[in-house]
Amino acid sequence: MSSKLYFRTIADLAAALDAKQLSSVELTQAVIARTQAVEPRIHAFNSFDEADALAQAAASDARRAAGQSCGPLDGIPIGLKDVIAVTGQPLTASSKMLKDFVSPYDATVTTKLKKAGAVLWGRLNCDEFAMGSSTENSAFGPTGNPWDPTRVPGGSSGGSSAALAAGEAIATLGSDTGGSIRQPAALCGVVGLKPTYGLVSRFGLIAFASSLDQIGPFTRTVEDAAIVLGAIAGHDERDSTSFQAEIPDYRAALTSQRGPWKLGIPKEYFAAGLDPEIATAVEKAIAFYQSQGCEIREVSLPHTQYCLDTYYVIATAEASSNLSRYDGIRYGHRSAVGKDAVDIYAHSRAEGFGPEVKRRIILGTYVLSSGYYDAYYLRAQKVRTLIRQDFLHAFRDVDALLTPTSPMPAFKIGEKADPLALYLCDIYTIGVNLAGLPAISVPCGFTKSGLPIGAQLIGQPWKESNLLAIAHAYERAHDWSAQFPIF
Amino acid sequence: MSSAPALDIDHIAKLARLALTAEEKATFAQQLGDVLHHIEQLAKVDVTGVEPTAHASPIFNVWQADVAQPGLTVADALRNAPAQRDNMILVPKVVE
Repeated sequence: MSSKLYFRTIADLAAALDAKQLSSVELTQAVIARTQAVEPRIHAFNSFDEADALAQAAASDARRAAGQSCGPLDGIPIGLKDVIAVTGQPLTASSKMLKDFVSPYDATVTTKLKKAGAVLWGRLNCDEFAMGSSTENSAFGPTGNPWDPTRVPGGSSGGSSAALAAGEAIATLGSDTGGSIRQPAALCGVVGLKPTYGLVSRFGLIAFASSLDQIGPFTRTVEDAAIVLGAIAGHDERDSTSFQAEIPDYRAALTSQRGPWKLGIPKEYFAAGLDPEIATAVEKAIAFYQSQGCEIREVSLPHTQYCLDTYYVIATAEASSNLSRYDGIRYGHRSAVGKDAVDIYAHSRAEGFGPEVKRRIILGTYVLSSGYYDAYYLRAQKVRTLIRQDFLHAFRDVDALLTPTSPMPAFKIGEKADPLALYLCDIYTIGVNLAGLPAISVPCGFTKSGLPIGAQLIGQPWKESNLLAIAHAYERAHDWSAQFPIF
Repeated sequence: MSSAPALDIDHIAKLARLALTAEEKATFAQQLGDVLHHIEQLAKVDVTGVEPTAHASPIFNVWQADVAQPGLTVADALRNAPAQRDNMILVPKVVE
């Protein structure tokens, strides 16, 4: 446990708050001071509101003093990716298009966190409209990785991972469409969980690719992930894909669900292109589970090589449709150029969107356009079926799959200029979104140059309890999450 | 699929309502050409008799009771409008 308040876990801080050894105002002040000290080097936030956070903290302390604590999140500062709506706060998606937008309502996850007493803290930077793997696509400038601020924190939820790793929040939320929680978690040395599609409501999340998007937590430990997931999961009638699943006590499951488990190692995930230091670290994690009596089986996901292409057809098609709402008329940037309505749409969009968003809208429009729909979009949806079947077939024999999260550690800001090279960052994470599965990235070591490495555990649909218990068993026997960046 | 002609950037930009500069058109056409070339490999997969997956959720239709509920106030709904007058959003002229 760190002596620094801002590096401690939810579980530990909640105990201290309950024991009256600490107030939420003290904790929030420590997080604010830390944020002010490191933001010039990290730039994890698009904006934050100290007075608002301190008022929430004071309200939390009053609840605890009156014996009306809402539970372990009461008084804990939690940062939100700037694609999740909070009433009265900016909501920019890191885009010029929404630079001045103020949210008129709360996302369902926001409502749930407020109900749990959390101190909502700041708007976290990300790739514009969550499109990217490095947070370099933000219209408001890149975020630095706390382990080496000249490197990227991953993306698209890079502000969420960097803020947590740097001690600027006790937990954060992100969104994951193709790896946007797990990959930045791996690159910043924290835990990142993408729940089963439909477990967490998407109401109030700015839509990127609706059939793939899912909100999830970044935390220091698996136990903290279980606590946050328990607070944000659950059916919501305002999201038509929200599933009426029973929400178990994820935290209790960490210890009640015991192995030994059967773990599958997909051979396609250890092929060419994987950084050797990451391969070694993940192999050590495999060896750990074996030493605990788990059965390790090699499995095959034969359509893995088609995941990237399937993803870029489906995700861009859905993005081109979702982003058609930004026309400069009802909200968002409106161009001063343009002689008629259609002209104003085209110029507002050209001025408001950055290059990566434009590229994806063009590609998505193309694959949906007359004459190409069957060849690209419909075909990709069929390949998606085969990709999902690969996973479900593997799960007949194993409880979870163990893979690297990212093929490479954090790279230098500006290093990957080619869009296709950046798309390859997601090769181990996108299959999970296409198949709608839950997956978690847990820290599993460091490179020789001191950059974090993450291992990904992929679970069966709706079996988050099991997935978290498997991840917890590893984490308990290692001290990676007790290491903090020094800067 | 492999016989698909190169992406007609002018036509697609028009469909997407994006006023791209000549420079953007040249850059995107080249970059997306590379991406499309990569995507061509989907043509190799045998999808005969395979049903498409729209999303991985086991839900296919949802019914809700038609009950009026409080919504945004006029002030909240107009707060982000780029131009407004008399509690209405000001829009460019669409009919002569």
